[in-house]
Amino acid sequence: MEYRNVSSVCTYCGVGCGLFLEVLDGQVTGTYPDPSHPVSEGHLCVKGWNAAGFVHHADRLKTPLIRKGDALVEATWDDALDVTAKALTRIRDASGPDALGFLCSAKATNEANYLFQKLARAIIGTNNVDHCARL
Amino acid sequence: MDHDSLLQALRKAVQELMPQVDGVIALRRVGQGVAAHLYQAGDDLSDLTLEPSFPLPTSVRLIQARYPDKTFGVVVRGCDERQLIELAKRRQINLDRLRLIGVACSAQDAEFCQCDLPFPQQLSIGEQVEGVPQDFLDEFLAKPRQERLEFWKHAFSKCLKCYGCRNICPECFCKECVLEESLWVKSGTVPPPFPMFHLIRAMHTVGKCISCGECERTCPADIPLTVLYKLLRRDVERTFGYHAGANPDEAPLMDSTIFLADMDLLRPS
Repeated sequence: MEYRNVSSVCTYCGVGCGLFLEVLDGQVTGTYPDPSHPVSEGHLCVKGWNAAGFVHHADRLKTPLIRKGDALVEATWDDALDVTAKALTRIRDASGPDALGFLCSAKATNEANYLFQKLARAIIGTNNVDHCARL
Repeated sequence: MDHDSLLQALRKAVQELMPQVDGVIALRRVGQGVAAHLYQAGDDLSDLTLEPSFPLPTSVRLIQARYPDKTFGVVVRGCDERQLIELAKRRQINLDRLRLIGVACSAQDAEFCQCDLPFPQQLSIGEQVEGVPQDFLDEFLAKPRQERLEFWKHAFSKCLKCYGCRNICPECFCKECVLEESLWVKSGTVPPPFPMFHLIRAMHTVGKCISCGECERTCPADIPLTVLYKLLRRDVERTFGYHAGANPDEAPLMDSTIFLADMDLLRPS
């Protein structure tokens, strides 16, 4: 028997509202706004209120998937990164860096997104970087 | 009693209650904030705290639903106690399996919440202070009807339809909510239609709302919801003599037979 609330940050956009993830016996059961959080001061939008919805969702991906023919096959991170790196190199060498686009995520941290655009601009050589929270 | 000695007295009371129960539900410091927590025998109580507020009765309902045969202590303010009483009347919680530790709010707390009843019936810790007069309700009602209509039109035009007022409310426990039915509330548009969205919710809180103010505090658009809900609560008290959260043995206001009898509709002509 265990009930507690864990202080966290909403993953849905770049604002970074503070919330509590409510946990009963190891399962996330809901979210609450955090009035002491300096960004959101106890407020959440409809997405923040539902931010825990994906945590235990049956459709949630738990491993990377690699497309083989028509099927998506579960893979290790090492294999997935190898496949991605080879594909990026092949496309850049064949068609130039602007043949590639980099779509990053509001669910990642600021720092991870910084590294991601660095990969696009400095290593691959394209400014084609975009983001779901810009919509 | 200053805040530190109040907290010390509270931790002592929780410690003393612990052997008689399976756990105590109280507020705990988490990071910079405060949230509900289930303390159990042997737990360190040094992070047990009292404020800021948190919709504790919702946590009690969840924990009791999972463990209906356990007995829990709950640290309650006046608003928490009244909410638990209304939830018990509707079979959402079981008061027989709860041991309440009632804490009085300070005058400062009462002022912050504009609370007219800042203490529980079963007061264990702290000293009772006077409630805050609700004169602002009369001042609001004294305004002309058209001005009040414009006030609400403007206030509700800011609504983001985040459902925060419903989600935070301990008394909003329906599994299926009419506010998610497209028959009543058109989906895909903000603000939601005036006045249906907010007045449906207001009508559904009648006889349950005890004016804790959580809905207004969590509203990202600063809609003054407590003015509306407090006026409704006052009307219910004056019209039907029903005081939400006062008496666990009383039937809910919206129990139809009692309601209709009060309205003189069931009397033989």
